[in-house]
Amino acid sequence: MRYINHEEVASKTKKRLTKNTIFKGVFAAATTFGLIVLTILLYRIITQGSGYISLDFFTSFASRIPENSGIKAAIAGSIYLMLVVAPVSMFLGVGTAIYLEEYATKNRFNTFIKINISNLAGVPSVVFGLLGLTIFARFFDLGISILAAGLTMSLLILPIIIVASQEAIRAVPNELREASFAMGATKWQTILRVVLPASIPGILTGSILALSRAIGETAPLVVLGIPTILMFMPDGLLSTFTALPMQIFDWTKRPQVEFHDVAAGGIIVLMALLLFMNSIAVFIRNKYQNRY
Amino acid sequence: MAMNEPKQLSVQELIAQKSNRGLLAFTEKLIPKILLLIATVSVLTTIGIVFTLIFETITFFTEVNVLSFLTGTEWYPFANSTPTYGILPLIVGTLKITAIATFVAVPIGIATAIYLSEYASDRVRRIVKPVLEVLAGVPTIVYGFFALTFVTPILRSVFPEISIFNAISPGIVVGIMVIPMIASLSEDAMTSVPNAMRDGAYALGATKFEVAVKIVLPAALSGIVASIVLAISRAIGETMIVAVAAGSTPGFDWDVTGSIQTMTAYIVQVTTGDAGYGTTIYYSIYAVGFTLFLFTLFMNMLAQFISKRFREEY
Amino acid sequence: MTTTIKPASDVLEKKEPAVKSNKASVYKTNQLNLWYGSNHALKNIDLDIKENEVTAIIGPSGCGKSTFIKTLNRMIETIPSVKTSGEIIYRDRNIFSKKYQVEELRTKVGMVFQKPNPFPKSIYENIAYGPRIHGIKNKKTLDEIVEKSLRGAAIWDEVKDRLNENAYGLSGGQQQRICIARCLAIEPDVILMDEPTSALDPISTLKVEELVQNLKKEYSIIIVTHNMQQAARISDKTAFFLNGEVVEYDETNKIFSNPTDDRTEDYISGRFG
Repeated sequence: MRYINHEEVASKTKKRLTKNTIFKGVFAAATTFGLIVLTILLYRIITQGSGYISLDFFTSFASRIPENSGIKAAIAGSIYLMLVVAPVSMFLGVGTAIYLEEYATKNRFNTFIKINISNLAGVPSVVFGLLGLTIFARFFDLGISILAAGLTMSLLILPIIIVASQEAIRAVPNELREASFAMGATKWQTILRVVLPASIPGILTGSILALSRAIGETAPLVVLGIPTILMFMPDGLLSTFTALPMQIFDWTKRPQVEFHDVAAGGIIVLMALLLFMNSIAVFIRNKYQNRY
Repeated sequence: MAMNEPKQLSVQELIAQKSNRGLLAFTEKLIPKILLLIATVSVLTTIGIVFTLIFETITFFTEVNVLSFLTGTEWYPFANSTPTYGILPLIVGTLKITAIATFVAVPIGIATAIYLSEYASDRVRRIVKPVLEVLAGVPTIVYGFFALTFVTPILRSVFPEISIFNAISPGIVVGIMVIPMIASLSEDAMTSVPNAMRDGAYALGATKFEVAVKIVLPAALSGIVASIVLAISRAIGETMIVAVAAGSTPGFDWDVTGSIQTMTAYIVQVTTGDAGYGTTIYYSIYAVGFTLFLFTLFMNMLAQFISKRFREEY
Repeated sequence: MTTTIKPASDVLEKKEPAVKSNKASVYKTNQLNLWYGSNHALKNIDLDIKENEVTAIIGPSGCGKSTFIKTLNRMIETIPSVKTSGEIIYRDRNIFSKKYQVEELRTKVGMVFQKPNPFPKSIYENIAYGPRIHGIKNKKTLDEIVEKSLRGAAIWDEVKDRLNENAYGLSGGQQQRICIARCLAIEPDVILMDEPTSALDPISTLKVEELVQNLKKEYSIIIVTHNMQQAARISDKTAFFLNGEVVEYDETNKIFSNPTDDRTEDYISGRFG
């Protein structure tokens, strides 16, 4: 006797194929969900906020009257913040990555550093805010300054930059290092002149993505106590300041619906900034991928 | 090839002239030490976080009883006569948000991962993945704005009993925020399942759906579970969405239609208010922050443990 | 492509028919041993390598020939578990001596690798890399070095109009000659070649072989090869390695026509390996 009845299999196959088609539809629908949400979100924000986008919006300070509100101080603050975060986080991140990839031997301390980095990446940003408040603002007495917030943000995105730089450095083929060593180059000469130039596109892509995370991050600024209504421009690293996401948060919290539209205007600017940074990152990634 | 040119200094002679082996050797010794110092910053950050939280939490516990903090079901720090600090309402608030977010994100995230890894053509994948990346890169304050000004009004038009501040709307939006995380980490786990396994099933007459659900999903299970745990950890620590849309009424119940408060939202409430430095309320944010930190640390270590311990060897 | 390469033996017979050559030694190894962890990869190697000759190292896979050549410029030390004993005397100095800095050694001893490994930089920058790291910054000097090295590697005419293009745009054979040019740019004394043609097509291989023949006028060349015909075509002396030992080391024509050791004969005649 036969164990498999081919007629029965054939009759069931149709059912199974229908099931397959149905679920393919379900999975595809789930996949489009993200697309739909993103579209709605962008559409809502643009229709709500575009009325506020004008030259005045960029050149006015915050105000009690929605129509007069602007993001002059917030934009300046965010730019200042990046001027601290970009060099500090990249210096620390790339330095750590070079150490881990090129110098670190497999001992307990180095294993500990690696585990530590992956755990640090999972610490909520609000906790980094508490760290910044206690250590930078109070202990080092930097107060509610660009420097205090910049250092806090740098530590927040440090794990992202380290991991991205490690991947970029690891992707440099070993033959290149050997070629350099074989010409009598020292290790540091090799890293500086061969490994880093070859990995810089990857490092830049990762760093720009990390910085775009920092520019939209709000919670640490809230915890540090960054003010929202500021009628002057920051004038140095120790100056107090406000930032774009902070300003958006403040407008969102207000009960007057008009301020929600102002917030949407601020969000348009923030999202445009992020889109710009992301396109640079994507451009670098596409231009330089698969070079070896 | 021979050197027909007039005999100048040879390159080797030039090298001998220029090179400064002593300086080079010194640099070679110095650089690793500097780099090690830089690498130590990440460790110091962790130490800084842990010590900050512990020290200020200890100060808090000199004023508030540990047991009543851990088991108390009433959180009224701003009460004028007798403030109470029982953290359970904040934890319950956090869990409400996390549960709703997980409920939204897990099915959609995994379905997306299956579609991308098993069904989608390269062209579709090239469109969908950047969209997911953008979705993951939207600042949380923008999601918060979206929850408050779009999701909540829609929910309220269908269910009028929902109040302006509630757990459902921010819960759903936190879920949307972590979908890309689950989708991309799960997809990584699924695509690393070797094709030989799929071919084996296809050769027996399996449909794509059967291969996805009976072969790929079980084989990639540890990666998928780890992605869910990480997403839960993100949801627990999410701050701005709940600070904007969930309210500030800590309650020890399972109601999701009314205003609630999470651990993170409490920290925001205190730091945007004017509780002075050195007050009990000021120290309470560290105790809450420490609790939050322990929750997320546990989830992160759990995720690492799952993906290491149960990693499939193909 | 019509040039036929004279067998190296002819050249030798004309110049120096005697087995005992009075050329100076570049390398002498005394009781060289090497271990990868507990794996004894080189056993009591005693070789005397003469200048301005092509010395071929042949042997089956895993015989230690690649290990040996990488030991000559201490590249082998990039593997952490390596231990050595014995001496390698390069021009009267023991390269294992504490005072001998590897960078100095590698400035004198160039290396060409199995797979072409140009840097992801322009052709010009690839060649100028070596001189630059050793402190030569003068643009005119660098230009001259680049041209001379590219001519030396017989690739000048192919690339002179696109020196600023990325070296990765070149074919595999061209890339390998760029790597040889890069090596020539520091005017080394010795060139080590670790199976330099194993990743190349036959025509490119022929070009590299011709090049090796020309280069030996000025450089001492040690070449590891998997290809016995190649060793016979281009080398003056041949060392046959087996299981980490030197079985036989002699004039190439002697090794290929009248080997002393049975194992050499077995290998040459293709009975194993």
